Amino acid sequence: MRARYLIDRTSRTLLLACAFLTLVVLAAIAVYTFMFALPAIREVGLWHFLFGGVWRPSEDPTVEGLYGILPMIVGSVVVTLGALMVAVPLGIGCAILLAEVAPQRVRQFLRPAVELLVGIPSVVYGLVGLVIVVPLVRRIDGPGLSVAAGIIVLAVMILPTIVSISEDSIRAVPKSHREGALALGATHWQAIWRVLLPSARSGIVASVVLGMGRAIGEAMALIMVLGMTTKIPSSLFSPASTLAGMIAAEAPEASGVHRSALFAMSVVLFLLIIVINGVALVVMRRGNRAQGVG
Amino acid sequence: MPRVSARLTQKLAMACIWATGAVAVLALLVIIGYTLYRGLPHIGWSFLTTAPKGGVSGGGGISTIIITTLYLVGLTLVILVPLGVGAAVYLAEYAPDNRLTRLIRFGTEVLAGVPSIVFGMFGFALLVIALHFQFSILSGALTLVCLLLPTLIRTSEEAMKAVPRSYREAALALGATKWQTTWRVTLPAAIAGIATGVILCIGRAVGETAALYVTMGGTTALPTSLLSSGRTLALHLYYLATVTNNLDGAFATGVILIIVIVVTNSITNWLSQRFRARTAGGT
Repeated sequence: MRARYLIDRTSRTLLLACAFLTLVVLAAIAVYTFMFALPAIREVGLWHFLFGGVWRPSEDPTVEGLYGILPMIVGSVVVTLGALMVAVPLGIGCAILLAEVAPQRVRQFLRPAVELLVGIPSVVYGLVGLVIVVPLVRRIDGPGLSVAAGIIVLAVMILPTIVSISEDSIRAVPKSHREGALALGATHWQAIWRVLLPSARSGIVASVVLGMGRAIGEAMALIMVLGMTTKIPSSLFSPASTLAGMIAAEAPEASGVHRSALFAMSVVLFLLIIVINGVALVVMRRGNRAQGVG
Repeated sequence: MPRVSARLTQKLAMACIWATGAVAVLALLVIIGYTLYRGLPHIGWSFLTTAPKGGVSGGGGISTIIITTLYLVGLTLVILVPLGVGAAVYLAEYAPDNRLTRLIRFGTEVLAGVPSIVFGMFGFALLVIALHFQFSILSGALTLVCLLLPTLIRTSEEAMKAVPRSYREAALALGATKWQTTWRVTLPAAIAGIATGVILCIGRAVGETAALYVTMGGTTALPTSLLSSGRTLALHLYYLATVTNNLDGAFATGVILIIVIVVTNSITNWLSQRFRARTAGGT
């Protein structure tokens, strides 16, 4: 009889420890990346680190390296925004198609296709981008390895995320909303545009923000198609690099201040993602409340 | 006239919507079709059973890569599953609605959004450098555990919550303790849903590159211990495409990866359908 209750108590504590582990991991990530980032910030200075235009690392202690990450910040922002501009209209269109327009048979084919696209490893996207997209871009202008190639590859990568979450939120709109609009004589499109999309707005915004997070964090696929220069890109057809890409590309061989600077870049990326996710969380909460009232 | 323009807009809009669907399908066909077209001819028994040649040629097969991938995924699951399912059980069955619980849920959500390269750099700092695990399978696996923890917790918690209340009430009414109820009744009822989460994690582990690139090193040799360096299929693809330019080998590896994803997707779909049918049966 005693043993049963002892086991009951112990298991509860152990399970709590497991759940608490996520907080430990989160804290450890923050502490360790920050700790390893400090030497570079101290040496370079926060201002020069964030807004310095030249990234010229040096592993030789007698030669001073330059550690300005502005080119990578610009690269990350440009490629991510570009990918969103392509993927958001496409993704919402697909979501409407799946939720409202397509007959059952088309959906049965499209839905698994989208799921498959979510699961395909990013290096496969990078490889196909390298072999198909890069030569196509080269035909238009420049070396091919470029912002444009990165935008296309990234757009295709985040498309399924946007489609599946937007579709769910369009489906979650009560049937009566749409039926009311149709009963008032609206065309199907008017019902979608004026009633369904506004009602599903919070979910759609959340899907876009999640896609954005995925885009900013992507490393390997972009290394393969961006060209990874450390210059600020001057056009769509010139090469570039991103924060995540540069961290991954240089970390295994880096040492000293260079390595520390890469950790500092991780901190920047980490903070960026937390801000983006925070915005997403607020938008979703607000949306849920609005739907609860409606 | 407004009625005509509304109908015209309707037609145009529907055309655009179908066009976006066509673009998405086209993208899928290009990615999968082209990978199969380039990769399939190079896949044969010898590709699967010989070791990579190493060096800059990038030739040879992928036998040691497959074994390393299996080691890594196995080790990851052995550590990940008890921790993740344990956390999910706590959150679904035990957690009172207090500040700590809310903090844990918030932490899990934040962790789920952290990019994999940041997990990689954390593993690099803590495991590779501070704990002297070097670039190794152990470092890679522990990094993956951190990376996949939120995914497994979320899916397992949903599976536990889908188990009807009456199951638990019946067990408790028979005099079972909370733990006995959870272990003998709720967990077995949720097992298919939890398995779905585990398989999802396997798919993500196999496809992961950035976090492993900075924690595992990249030797092609057969791993001899947990502290050996190694590369997984996805890493191998990356090395072949960027370092060696053996694009055919890269595409062949890509085919294997796509097959793994198709298989894991089908298993999860099948399992979750069965799970839904079962939990919907009881009330």
